[in-house]
Amino acid sequence: MAKRTPDGPPPEPVVARIRLRYARRGRLRFTSHRDFARAFERALRRAGVPMALSAGFSPHPRISYVGAAPTGMASEAEYVEIALTERLDAETVRAAVDASLPPGLDVVDAVVARGGSLPDRIDASVWQIRLPGLEVDAVAAAVVTLLAAESVPVQRLTKEGRRTVDARAAIVSATARVDDLPDQPCAILDVVVRHVTPAVRPDDILTALRTVADLVPPVPPLATRLAQGLLAEDGQISDPLAPDRERLPAAEGDAPDAAPLTGSAVASDR
Amino acid sequence: MPIESLFPRLEPLLPRVQKPIQYVGGELNSTVKDWDVAGPDGTVRWALMYPDAYEVGLPNQGVMILYEVLNERPDVLAERTYSVWPDLEALMREYDVPQFTVDGHRPVGAFDVLGVSLPTELGYTNLLTALDLAGIPILAAERGDEHPIVLAGGHAAFNPEPVADFIDAAVLGDGEQAVLEISDLVGDWKQAGRPGGRAQLLLRLARAGGVYVPRFYDVDYLPDGRIRRVAPNRSGVPFRVDKRTVSGLDDWPYPKTPLVPLAETVHERMSVEIFRGCTRGCRFCQAGMITRPVRERSITGIGEMVAAGLVASGYQEVGLLSLSSADHSEIAEIATGLADRYAGTNTSLSLPSTRVDAFNVTLANEFSRNGRRSGLTFAPEGGSERIRQVINKMVTKEDLIRTVTTAYGAGWRQVKLYFMCGLPTETDADVLEIAELAMEVIRIGRQVAGTKDIRCTVSIGGFIPKPHTPFQWAPQLDHEATDARLRLLREAINSDRSLGRAIGFRYHDGRPGIVEGLLSRGDRRVGAVIRRAWEDGGRFDGWSEYFSFDRWMTAAEVALAGAGVDVDWYTTRERGEHEVLPWDHLDAGLDRRWLWADWQESLTGREVDDCRWWGCYDCGVCPSQGTQIQIGPTGRTLLPLPGLRPVLAPPAASASAPVG
Repeated sequence: MAKRTPDGPPPEPVVARIRLRYARRGRLRFTSHRDFARAFERALRRAGVPMALSAGFSPHPRISYVGAAPTGMASEAEYVEIALTERLDAETVRAAVDASLPPGLDVVDAVVARGGSLPDRIDASVWQIRLPGLEVDAVAAAVVTLLAAESVPVQRLTKEGRRTVDARAAIVSATARVDDLPDQPCAILDVVVRHVTPAVRPDDILTALRTVADLVPPVPPLATRLAQGLLAEDGQISDPLAPDRERLPAAEGDAPDAAPLTGSAVASDR
Repeated sequence: MPIESLFPRLEPLLPRVQKPIQYVGGELNSTVKDWDVAGPDGTVRWALMYPDAYEVGLPNQGVMILYEVLNERPDVLAERTYSVWPDLEALMREYDVPQFTVDGHRPVGAFDVLGVSLPTELGYTNLLTALDLAGIPILAAERGDEHPIVLAGGHAAFNPEPVADFIDAAVLGDGEQAVLEISDLVGDWKQAGRPGGRAQLLLRLARAGGVYVPRFYDVDYLPDGRIRRVAPNRSGVPFRVDKRTVSGLDDWPYPKTPLVPLAETVHERMSVEIFRGCTRGCRFCQAGMITRPVRERSITGIGEMVAAGLVASGYQEVGLLSLSSADHSEIAEIATGLADRYAGTNTSLSLPSTRVDAFNVTLANEFSRNGRRSGLTFAPEGGSERIRQVINKMVTKEDLIRTVTTAYGAGWRQVKLYFMCGLPTETDADVLEIAELAMEVIRIGRQVAGTKDIRCTVSIGGFIPKPHTPFQWAPQLDHEATDARLRLLREAINSDRSLGRAIGFRYHDGRPGIVEGLLSRGDRRVGAVIRRAWEDGGRFDGWSEYFSFDRWMTAAEVALAGAGVDVDWYTTRERGEHEVLPWDHLDAGLDRRWLWADWQESLTGREVDDCRWWGCYDCGVCPSQGTQIQIGPTGRTLLPLPGLRPVLAPPAASASAPVG
């Protein structure tokens, strides 16, 4: 018997790519990357986005995810690229996909890709870690100790077993500030972390603070990724979608009101 | 009084447990209503529970249907709750967080009704965990006016006696209309200032019909341990409680907007129930006996549900559910119509339950027109022709061979065959014939496929006699004998290395079947066993990594001591014609005399035809329940749907680059 091959025409060609920035907020920060991928594909179908498909018996929509914040951590800056069979206005796609995702998974920015590779525009993250119950002075002192260290190896349990990463080496900068709550103190730790392999995550940084300074949060901290991009010499992080916007500054189809990445709103809808 | 969300107290625990997403809710198409949506006493509040893990419970159609039916009522609020895994249970106990709903994260103990679906008996310990975590006394007798009414439904509720101490009431049969009527009764009682308290409400439910309230029935036992009688202990309560039957499935197109979870679940698809009930008459099948008669959804009704559900959910796969989907009177038209409609949309269709005939392969071909053809499943159930006559599964060896020949010829690579072991009158020889069948399947398959690269998986389940079936009197085979018989089968399959290599063999262990058997045909005395097993740590008994046979046997020994009965008495003992069975006062509509006659006829291998096509054989359901068979053909067809899905288009004002 001959092997079956799919009948019908080959998949339609890719004519455009759109890059989306999305946020994972509030209780939906517990969404894992796989959970998000399923929800995102369904949202694309619900929204009627003309997705380009892979060939074969079980065609998949062509979606490229760029990294993903660890499960349980919120993010204002996750990125995904989708391939379309029709040219569409980026804001139209953004609004439609956002409306089709559950509240808490929010598509906040979109551009039509003008070439280049999105992963190549990302090598660092800005994290904000809220530490309820901790005094800012204690956190600041611990940060000083951490930054003074040459290296701080920390262990993390992964599916492959225990892995050791150097939490200190990945940290570009770390500062503590105060955001006390009415009933308890609360420190906020702002950290810029270089993307290394294996990745250094906010929980690794907290482990490092415990290791070097015995800093133990009384309640689970809440980490939020505020931005991802290329780390400049001055320590700033660039917007990875900016090159797509810049090349054709007046191009239709780009979100006119795209907020600058630094200082963007932080999830607080707990 | 407004009820506050428990989420702020739950949230700090979530980073410490496995798969926290299952506890946060926020599913597409879920609903959170104001607690007092129709005023504090005008609102009837239901917590709907599926007593298993979220990944199993969320896709459950029963819960999904009732959730939507109830929430459509402006004066009713329904939320869902599932079993929490032991890691979260421990933290909830440590930090004093009660059982919560995933919708509003409200405490389950604050609702008016806790509706529990009991699809299988192995979830009973999970029910006790949930009650305990909710702060609801385990024993119904110890509950006060402030506690929810614990109301059971689902297939296991057709014999709720083993959980009679823990539930307040049970509804038999279809729930759609029943939950609305119960909402009316609860609402009226609340508006009237709750006259007579909890006891009065339960009496109203029992008297209004269709709700079984165990405390209003007394059970007496004979000196030998059998039941002497079950009788109401107050006036106005029916001697026998009827099941509920919904007629006209097209009037109940639920779920209209299927719940779409973020977490991964056991069924990543939407489902449309294409008919309810089955009259094939397989004697082991409780579902087929208690859901009679057959009521079809029309082809056009099915088409509308598929279209609306896909738009609402974004799912890529649609399962056409029923007890034997190929038996729908217009299944061929449905298959072709849907396959045509969704051609080129990357939407796949599936028929989860399959029967052994070549037509079924044709259907499967249609459903996978442009998709991968991996595996097809058939259920001959019995290994020998003789045993298949005993169970009334009318499949001949020739049928099976013809079916798999068609399947392998059409490009299918794997065929999965379901069988049962431990059926009444079964011998080693009956089971060993499974090996011969499987080998014949491989031989034929290699021939027609022209390749050695094909497989046949033999999957075996231990037979458990169930209430309201002709086999309700039958002895269950003990687990040692079951395991021994299946060892022989495994050896027989492996005796031919060339063929045996292509045959997969799936069977675990006969011991969970004995516990399920105890809980299936148990009476009220078994409640103490459940409680003891739960107190000893019993959780998630349907999961092999949590199930402990020894825990259950120890619990039974302790709890049944002095009762004159034991696990064997409940499981491997054959019952006599005149023995009062624990569920005799619960009426699935089946005439007990017909069930007994069918049991006797099974022993001589006499078969019964399907009443849909061969005439009534007086099982008793239609006349006693005032129902009738509702089947097509309607003669209607599915027309192509323009605008099948919303298609995103650039807004006219900002038409960007030229198309093409």
